[in-house]
Amino acid sequence: MKKVIVYEIKGLYRDNFRVTGYEFGEGEKAVCIVGSMRGNEVQQMYCCSQLVRKLKQMEAERKLTEGQKILVIPCANPYSVNTQKRFWPVDNTDINRMFPGYHLGETTQRIADGVFQVISEYRFGIQFTSFYMPGEFMPHVRMMSTGFEDAQIAKQFGMPYVVLRQVRPYDTTTLNYNWQIWETQAFSMYTTTTTRVDKRSAKEAMRGILTFMNKQGILQYHGHDGYVSLVVKDGDMVPVRTGRAGLFDPLVTVGTEVERGQILARIIDAYEGEVIEELLAPVDGIVFFMHGEPLTYSNTAVFKLVVREE
Amino acid sequence: MIETVTSITLPADETLFIRKQRIEPKEKSGVAKRISIVTGIHGDELEGQYVCFELSRRIKRRMDCLKGIVDIYPALNPLGIDSVTRGIPAFDLDMNRLFPGCQDGNMTEYLASRIVQDLSGSMVVLDIHASNIYLTEIPQIRVNELHERELVPLAAETGVDFIWVHGASTVLESTLAYSLNSTGTPTLVVEMGVGMRITKSYGDQLVDGILHLMKKLGLWTGETAAVRKPVISKDPDDVAYLNAPAGGIFVPVVKHWECLHKGQLIGQIIDPLAGMVVAEVAAPMDGILFTIREYPVVDEGSLIGRLLCKKACGHRWEER
Repeated sequence: MKKVIVYEIKGLYRDNFRVTGYEFGEGEKAVCIVGSMRGNEVQQMYCCSQLVRKLKQMEAERKLTEGQKILVIPCANPYSVNTQKRFWPVDNTDINRMFPGYHLGETTQRIADGVFQVISEYRFGIQFTSFYMPGEFMPHVRMMSTGFEDAQIAKQFGMPYVVLRQVRPYDTTTLNYNWQIWETQAFSMYTTTTTRVDKRSAKEAMRGILTFMNKQGILQYHGHDGYVSLVVKDGDMVPVRTGRAGLFDPLVTVGTEVERGQILARIIDAYEGEVIEELLAPVDGIVFFMHGEPLTYSNTAVFKLVVREE
Repeated sequence: MIETVTSITLPADETLFIRKQRIEPKEKSGVAKRISIVTGIHGDELEGQYVCFELSRRIKRRMDCLKGIVDIYPALNPLGIDSVTRGIPAFDLDMNRLFPGCQDGNMTEYLASRIVQDLSGSMVVLDIHASNIYLTEIPQIRVNELHERELVPLAAETGVDFIWVHGASTVLESTLAYSLNSTGTPTLVVEMGVGMRITKSYGDQLVDGILHLMKKLGLWTGETAAVRKPVISKDPDDVAYLNAPAGGIFVPVVKHWECLHKGQLIGQIIDPLAGMVVAEVAAPMDGILFTIREYPVVDEGSLIGRLLCKKACGHRWEER
């Protein structure tokens, strides 16, 4: 293993801003794995840290294929992590909205460019990422429908779901989108949580990535293969929206199989404690996403269900 | 008359209202022509607040001169304005990346869709921004090249100093202006001043310009002040971006909208801890500075200013 500085800028009153990477093996740039890019993506950083630990061990056991290089970047934004801000501390911009970056541009454009220069030539790119809404997910692999995506390869992770997301205008400056445009097969890995560590789904994601690399001949891993992934389109999921605002009281958890008509959550009047709304499952399905805050606004998709097929 | 454009209930005993003031002529004439003034998409941009007030005040003083409807929307993001937050609080979302929104979408998308629905059909919409807290801008209108033909003639009547026609970008397709322009409601994006402040002189300049534009459109028959002839730039090479070569504290030595010669010092980046100058920022060509750094703390790459080249400045260079 080689610890390398991927990108660095000088700080004024803080230590230098550094993006640190861990390289395993030499030769063809096989896989690059990126962890937190926002300051609250603790789980994403944790997942990468566990991968670094595991790959170090596998390297010592000579289980990494010669001529294949793996790069892990646990965190591309330590300045925000250390100040507990989601976006860039000075101007609140999002590095993951700056790709492919610009070396003469503004600070986060330069960071995006500096990182992308190093990671853009890998055959596969995997990013642990998070959703803008606070909540919990079923672990899954997500791909953008750019025309370059290959859902069959995504199934090799053996995660329960592969989600295909229709590209929206604001997606075009994300790492995942630009990786694909620059011919890296890109995957976003979602685990259950963001701001707190969830060891179970982190372990699931690590198993998925090791299984994938094993199937691609990048290393030797003989864990269980995981699931036969179900491929779903983001737009095919069924949202369950609140009609009222108030306290959110869920009665199910992520991964629960639910039946049509089942009560998923209650909305409670924040002052008087009365149940003002019951949210019912509109279909037989599996809870794929669930809102993660105690309060909710009205018109908010607090659940997303994958329709259960007979 | 104050009207509610849309509203949504919040969890703890509060309703979020997006409101507008509608000013109508006393004598209504069949098909109503309408101009809409919107601001406050970004909660930290306040320059438009004064414009909304002053425009309303001047119109109401001479209601006999009003020949169409004026809709004034001072706060599209009321929670952001009230909490000194650029985006929509709780979501940390840039509201100007949510348009055209979705009637059946989440709260933020729903609000966006209602706003678009309400503004659609205006003869022209002015969406007033105030840069951000980091940069000061001279009064200017930014036009996407896709809508240049319809918008530049309108923009030229608003009394701004500068019209900047910029390239198309996929990301900008989520803005209010793009959504309205692409569906047939001409929308001008005004940038002026700086975040969290009100520059009264810029506000007065724009109000003069809006009344002038209304007169051209047949919405106003009152007296209007003479408006400035704007510099128009369409060539990307006209504009030089000045980025900080190093992190530190930026101290400017020139003023905004000043003619600069190639090599002239714009400011220094200093390191107060070491007591030394870290870098100097100089003009890369002859030109006028139309954007300058307001917030002193800079990282490497932070935008220090934008310089419009002498060639593009035309009459303005000669005047100065």
